[in-house]
Amino acid sequence: MKSVLPVLVVVAALIGLWYAAAVPMNVRGVLDEAERAGAEVVPASGAERRERAVWTLVVRNPGAIPATWAQERPRLPAPHQVAAELWDTTAGKSITSKRSLVYHGWVTLSATLLGFAIGTGLGILLAVGIVQSKVMDMSVMPWAIVSQTIPIIALAPMIIVVLYSVGVQGIIPKAVISAYLSFFPVVVGMVKGLRSPDAMQLDLLRTYNASAAQGLWKLRLPASMPYLFASLKIGIAASLVGAIVGELPTGAVAGLGARLLAGSYYGQTVQIWSALFAAAILAAALVGLLGLIERLVLRRMGVA
Amino acid sequence: MMLVALALVLWGLGWWLNLRIAEGPHAQSRAARLAVPLIFGAVVLAVWELLVRGLQVPLVILPAPSLIAARVAGSLPILWADFLQTFVKGALTGYVIGCTAAILTAVLVDRSDFLRRGVLPVGNFVAALPIVGTAPILVMWFGFDWQSKAAVVVAMVFFPVLVNTVAGLRETTAMQRDLMRTYAASYWQEFFKLRLPAAMPFIFNGLKIATTLALVGAIVAEFFGSPTLGMGFRISASVGQLSLDMVWAEIVVAALAGTVFYGLVALVEKAVTFWHPSQRG
Amino acid sequence: MNATTVVEARDLDLVFQTGDGPVHALKDVNLSIDKGDFVSFIGPSGCGKTTFLRVMAALEQPTGGTVTVNGMSPEEARRKRAYGYVFQAAGLYPWRTIAGNIRLPLEIMGFSRAEQEERVARVLKLVDLEGFGGKYPWQLSGGMQQRASIARALGFDADILLMDEPFGALDEIVRDHLNEQLLALWARTGKTIAFVTHSIPEAVFLSTRIVVMSPRPGRITDVIESPLPRERPLEIRDTAQFIEIAHRVREGLRAGHSDAL
Repeated sequence: MKSVLPVLVVVAALIGLWYAAAVPMNVRGVLDEAERAGAEVVPASGAERRERAVWTLVVRNPGAIPATWAQERPRLPAPHQVAAELWDTTAGKSITSKRSLVYHGWVTLSATLLGFAIGTGLGILLAVGIVQSKVMDMSVMPWAIVSQTIPIIALAPMIIVVLYSVGVQGIIPKAVISAYLSFFPVVVGMVKGLRSPDAMQLDLLRTYNASAAQGLWKLRLPASMPYLFASLKIGIAASLVGAIVGELPTGAVAGLGARLLAGSYYGQTVQIWSALFAAAILAAALVGLLGLIERLVLRRMGVA
Repeated sequence: MMLVALALVLWGLGWWLNLRIAEGPHAQSRAARLAVPLIFGAVVLAVWELLVRGLQVPLVILPAPSLIAARVAGSLPILWADFLQTFVKGALTGYVIGCTAAILTAVLVDRSDFLRRGVLPVGNFVAALPIVGTAPILVMWFGFDWQSKAAVVVAMVFFPVLVNTVAGLRETTAMQRDLMRTYAASYWQEFFKLRLPAAMPFIFNGLKIATTLALVGAIVAEFFGSPTLGMGFRISASVGQLSLDMVWAEIVVAALAGTVFYGLVALVEKAVTFWHPSQRG
Repeated sequence: MNATTVVEARDLDLVFQTGDGPVHALKDVNLSIDKGDFVSFIGPSGCGKTTFLRVMAALEQPTGGTVTVNGMSPEEARRKRAYGYVFQAAGLYPWRTIAGNIRLPLEIMGFSRAEQEERVARVLKLVDLEGFGGKYPWQLSGGMQQRASIARALGFDADILLMDEPFGALDEIVRDHLNEQLLALWARTGKTIAFVTHSIPEAVFLSTRIVVMSPRPGRITDVIESPLPRERPLEIRDTAQFIEIAHRVREGLRAGHSDAL
C-alpha cells in the first residue's frame, strides 16, 4: 500500500513527459496548418521552417503550443485525445458497430481466450507426461526450452494463410497462433513446478507406498500451482500478442490488430494509439484477473 | 502408402531407441543427454519428410524438410542480406541501446527509494503489455528502414531489463550492507563492489529474456512496413506468393539466430556469475 | 576516563519505534572498555547485546546518553575505520576468492596494491588459511569461511574487533578450535575485542570481562572481572575457578530473567 504514492508520481511524470513530447513532435504540423489558415507564424515559409530545429520553432511560436495537443492527425496524440477516442469508441458506440472498440476487442479477445485455453491445456498435459516419463523428458524437454529462444511468432502469417488455403478461417487460425505461443511457456513453467517438491517430501510419499498418480494429485500438482500461475500470466500475454499479430497478414477487417493496421495505412494516429491502449488494457485486465484467481486458489490451498 | 508406413515404423524405432537409452544405465551421461533429443529431432524431421512425400501434401501447405534445406542452400545471399537487415541492424542495435538505457535508468532509479517503489510496479505492468503494438507508430516516426525496427526493439527490451536490474540491485542482505558501512565505503564503492556484482544474475535474466524479444520485435515490426529486405518482410512477402519453402527457410534462420544469440548471452552470464548457485551445478 | 579507555558508554538509551509500539532495546547502559580487553556480552535474545555492538559501530543511533570510541563519536570512529566487524554469518562475497574478500576493505580504504598483497598474506597466515587464498568461499567449510571473515576484519589494522556471535552457527568441535585460535590471535595482536555470545562457557573461556545483560528493557545486570590468566588452554574449563565464574554468570542471567517476569 505504501507504494501507491510513488506509483502515482511515476505515472503522473510519464503523462507529463508525454504532453511535453507532443509539443516538439507536432509543432511543425501545427505551424503548417496555421500558415494555410492565414495565421502569423515565424518563420513564415514552410521551407524556412524545415531548416530550423523544432525547439526553435516552439520558442518562436509559443502560441502554437496548445494546438499541438489538439490536432486531428498529430504525429503524437496527447493523452486526453487518446482517452477521448477510447471513450468515444467504447461507451459512445453500439457494441455491434464496426467502429466500436468493444467489438474489435472482443474479436481479438475471443481468439486469445480460445487459443490460451487450448495451449494451456495441452501444455499442462505435456508437462505431466514429461515429469512422469523419463524418455519424454529427455526427448522433448530440451526442445521445449530451445523454443523459448526462438521468435516462433514469425510462423504466424504462414499459419493464417495455410489454414485459409485449406478452408479454415475466422477465429481458429488466430487461436492456433495464440495456442502455440502460450503452450511452450506453460510446459516449461509447469515442469519446473511439478518438480518443485523436495526430496524429503517425495521420500515421505514413497514410505506410504503411494502410486505415481497419487504423488501427482496429492503432491506435485498442488506444489506446482505458484509456478503454473506465473507461466499462465506470461502465456496469456503471449496469446494476446499472437492474436493481434495473427490479424495483420490477411488484412483482417476486425480485431485490435486490424485497427492498428488500418490506422497505420490511413495515418489515423489517434486510432492507432487507442487500439494500442485497448490492447494494453486488455492485457492488464487478463493478467490482473489471473493474479486474482491465483490469490484465491493459493489462499484456498492455504499457501498464501 | 509405403512411405507413410515407413514413417510410422521409423517413429516406433526412434522411440524404442530413446526408451532404451533413457531407461538404460548411462541415462545420466552427457552423451545420452545429447543423443536422446537429437535422435528425437532427427526422427521428427524424417517422419515429416516421409509423410509429406507419402501423402503428397501440397507445397503451399507444408514443404518437406529436404525442400526447405535446398531452399536455404540456394538462397544464402538473400537470407544473409535479410539477416543483416533484421538481426544485425534492427534487433542488435535496438538490443544494445535498449539494454544500456534500461541498466543506466535502473542505476538512477536505485538511488531513490521513492522512485524505486514507483518504477517497479509500473515497469512490471508495462513489461506485460503487448508493446510490439507500438510498431505502426514507430514505423511512422522513424521510417521504413531498420531505425524504426531498432526503436521497436528498444521499447520491447527496455522494461524487462529495467525491472530485473532494479530488483537485482536490491538483492543484498542487510548484513552485507552493514559490512560496507563499517568500512565507511562511499556510495559508488558499495555500488561497484557489492550491489552490481550481486545484481548480475538478475541483470542477465533480463538480458536473456530480451534476446528473444529483440528478434520478435524486429521481425513483427517489418509486418507494418519495411524496405524490400529483411526477415519479416521476406516472410510476409513469401506468404503472399505462397512460396512456403522460403518462409520456412527464413524461420530456420530466425531460429538459429535466436538460439545462438541467447546462447552467447548465456555464455557471458556463465563467465560473469560463475559463483551463483544456479551456475555452479 | 583514563588514557587506556577505548569505549565509554554513559547512560545509553535506545528505543526502537515498531508497529507494536516502542521497544526499549537499551536502558541506562554504563560501561567502559579498556585497551586490550576481551569483553563478552551475554544474555538471552532481546537483551540488547547485539544492539549495543551496533551502536558502537554506528550502525544504530542511540536515543539518549553518549558513547565515545577512541574519544570520538562512533560515527567519526566509523569514518576513521577504527573497527573490524565480524557478523554471525561469514557473509563473504561468493564472486570473490578468499584473498579477494580479505582485499575488499583494503581496496575500499585505498591501500596500495603491494600493501594489499602483503596484508592479505599476513592475515591469511594469522587465521591458518595459507594456501586457500585462491579458493572461492563456497568451496570452503563453514568454520573456514568464518575464519576468513575474521581475517577480513583484521586486514586493515582496526584496533577494535566487534564480533557478533561469530561462531554461533558452527558445531561445538569447530567452535572450541576457533575459540582457541581467537585467543592466540588476541594475544599476538593485542586488539580490543567486544564479543557477543549466547554461550556461557564460551564467554568465560574467552573474556577478561563478562557483561551480563537482561531483556525488557535491555540493560546490564552484572559485570564480572575474570581472574583467569590471559593464557588459557582448553583444559582450564575443568578448573574450579572456571566453574565458579560460569556459575556467577548463570546466576546473573537467572536474576535478570526473574526481574523481567
